[in-house]
Amino acid sequence: MPDIQCFDEMWTADGTIRHTYQNFLNWFEQEDPKRLSRKQSETEELFRLTGITFNVYGREEAEERLIPFDIIPRIISARDWRKITRGIEQRVRAINAFLHDIYHRQEILRANRIPKNLISENAAFLPQMIGVSPPCDIYTHIVGVDLVRTDQGEFYVLEDNARTPSGVSYMLENRETMLQMFPELFSQINVRPVQTYPIDLLRSLASSTPSAISSKPTVAVLTPGIYNSAYFEHSFLADEMGIELVEKQDLRVIDGHLAMRTIQGYKRIDVIYRRIDDEYLDPLNFNPESQIGVTGIFDVYRAGHLTIANAPGTGIADDKAIYSYMPEIIKFYTGEQPLLKNVPTWRCIEKDSLSYVLDHLPELVVKEVHGSGGYGMLIGPTSNKREIEDFKNKLKAQPGNYIAQPTLALSTVPILAESGLSPRHVDLRPFVLVSTQGITVTPGGLTRVALEKGSLVVNSSQGGGTKDTWVLEE
Amino acid sequence: MLGRTANGLFWMYRYLERAENTARLVATGQRIALTRNRGADDEWRSILQTAAVNESYNEYYPSLTQDSAIDWMLRSEENPSSVFSCVVAARQNARMVRTALTGEVWEAVNAFYMHCNSVLKRHLPERDIPSTLIGIRQRTALVRGMTHGTMLRNDIFDFARLGTFLERADNTARILDVKYYVLLPSVTLVGSSIDNVQWESILRSVSARGGFRMEYGGAINSRDIANFLILDKRMPRSLAFCTSKLRDNLGYLTSTLNEVPPSYSQVECIKKNCLMSGIESIFEFGLHEYLQHFIMLLGNLSRQIEIDFQFCD
Repeated sequence: MPDIQCFDEMWTADGTIRHTYQNFLNWFEQEDPKRLSRKQSETEELFRLTGITFNVYGREEAEERLIPFDIIPRIISARDWRKITRGIEQRVRAINAFLHDIYHRQEILRANRIPKNLISENAAFLPQMIGVSPPCDIYTHIVGVDLVRTDQGEFYVLEDNARTPSGVSYMLENRETMLQMFPELFSQINVRPVQTYPIDLLRSLASSTPSAISSKPTVAVLTPGIYNSAYFEHSFLADEMGIELVEKQDLRVIDGHLAMRTIQGYKRIDVIYRRIDDEYLDPLNFNPESQIGVTGIFDVYRAGHLTIANAPGTGIADDKAIYSYMPEIIKFYTGEQPLLKNVPTWRCIEKDSLSYVLDHLPELVVKEVHGSGGYGMLIGPTSNKREIEDFKNKLKAQPGNYIAQPTLALSTVPILAESGLSPRHVDLRPFVLVSTQGITVTPGGLTRVALEKGSLVVNSSQGGGTKDTWVLEE
Repeated sequence: MLGRTANGLFWMYRYLERAENTARLVATGQRIALTRNRGADDEWRSILQTAAVNESYNEYYPSLTQDSAIDWMLRSEENPSSVFSCVVAARQNARMVRTALTGEVWEAVNAFYMHCNSVLKRHLPERDIPSTLIGIRQRTALVRGMTHGTMLRNDIFDFARLGTFLERADNTARILDVKYYVLLPSVTLVGSSIDNVQWESILRSVSARGGFRMEYGGAINSRDIANFLILDKRMPRSLAFCTSKLRDNLGYLTSTLNEVPPSYSQVECIKKNCLMSGIESIFEFGLHEYLQHFIMLLGNLSRQIEIDFQFCD
């Protein structure tokens, strides 16, 4: 039975099934447990064969690894999804308005809603973008919003991913796998489809072309190459959209336009979905050491001859220090109260917060402001005295580098363990597309699950797995 | 299509073809070793030569044994032409051009790689070699079958075929050349009784025993074998057959271009100058000289294709 301290999405605290999972449970109870565990192990073979792998940096022997997949779906009711969607739309609207403002008039700074140095001293702020207006004024074409569900079942935003969010290929392949494994489930339960994502993505990319383009735009995906940890996803998306997957060596700036080398010479590219960080995008304009960037691509962009998705400089919006100001940002640009809550956050750069954090480390989670992938963080409750002491020194040395949050009791969803259903902590990353027609949230997302009992770390780089995520029809 | 994608496809299929050819050579060598007691080491020497890995072998091993020769050709990660290295390279290229392949082809290549990764990772005892070679052959056949059954007949397919037939022609030419060296004394004595096992080994190395028998009956002689492997247009590994496929696929690729690229002219030249005269004149010219020239022309053609289709910057 689930841990009573946190919200279990399948069972209520007194052990009755939640309505959302009723139909699934009916099916599950009819199934032979042996068949299910066999299916569970079949999925691994399937994933390996299709090459759904990711590369772990710094581990030679395991160049390609699988993210474990659990066959028990994570189910979200139509009602909850409506709330999530509205909250995300509001947030993404605010993020785009914030980005435009911060690279133009900086009204929000003039209004003193957020401290000036938070922007001016922030490494994610790209001075080269000041005064540059992206085509169609869209900064974030693709956003992944990380949500967690806590004690009373309410959704909180844990993180906004406004640079190059990854994981969408897992959302699609997980569904594909479930359809293959358990077709009968989908005829019994009305699950909203996610398979339109690649088409929606292509449409959204093609809609935001540079203004001078009149004919059908050429769109391409830019990858650092086959050794990148997310290469599978890059090739998967290019394949699904039916567009070229390009690398630095294919590209060149010719006559003020970006062009790719085809077997019949160079061909112009109008929109590029880049999966390369700002810093490495262009050795001429950013980090000169970049081995994966395209010389002069930013000049083409600035001249309005290319759409880069997402726009350079969007990282300032998902910076963890900015995150704590998101409620302010939403109010400032939309005039509304935030529909989705932020997790309470202490900014260690503030003196009072720092001393609170230092006193309460064993119960807090401390994150690096620019970190990701679950690296460089401290989880107070599971750390020993020495780790906490070490972290205290780091905090004192560079308080501006850290934020702290309470250790959240992430909600649980069961996985299929050897003994049967067993609850594990999960989070959720829905994927959001912004186009000239508006904001689309694909009904589903990536549910990451901490496979180890009691663990709160869901990152795939640290032993997390994934689940198919079902949003039920109205 | 991107030039880099064309490059990846070309090499992916070259490596697959090479893996298959190498596996077949090992099978031939093992068979000869089993049927003859003396001279087996010489046989391995000529097989290493055929696969063009003789010199690199000598750098790694002090002496020639069947065991290490097989290891070098099948499993070695040091030998870039070993079956294992070829499969790794083919799959690496496939990963690079993943968007140009159908899911079926990709999965067949990936499964081939996974298979080799498990069976070729440790030393192979002699008794496991036949079944391992069969496994390799079946998996290359699966990739080929998926390629034929699921891929569109477009430029992607053309580059895949160019890689396949360039590698195959090169392989056939080498086998014939090396084997003739070994057989030289008997070749010069036309009509003498020759070592049937050796002749058979040539046919086995190109899977042509059945086809040859059908065409020429049981008696084997040097002239017929050379004719069969060089000029017979129906024999799928002959130089004439491979060249005509290269010409076809280059023709499809260039049909939309305004001018004929040099690679197409080159393949036309190969056809006209090397494949139109009879086997007698080839013998007159000198078979060894002829084959060496042919191998060189193939190398030039490969480089010209890379240039014409902008494989690299």
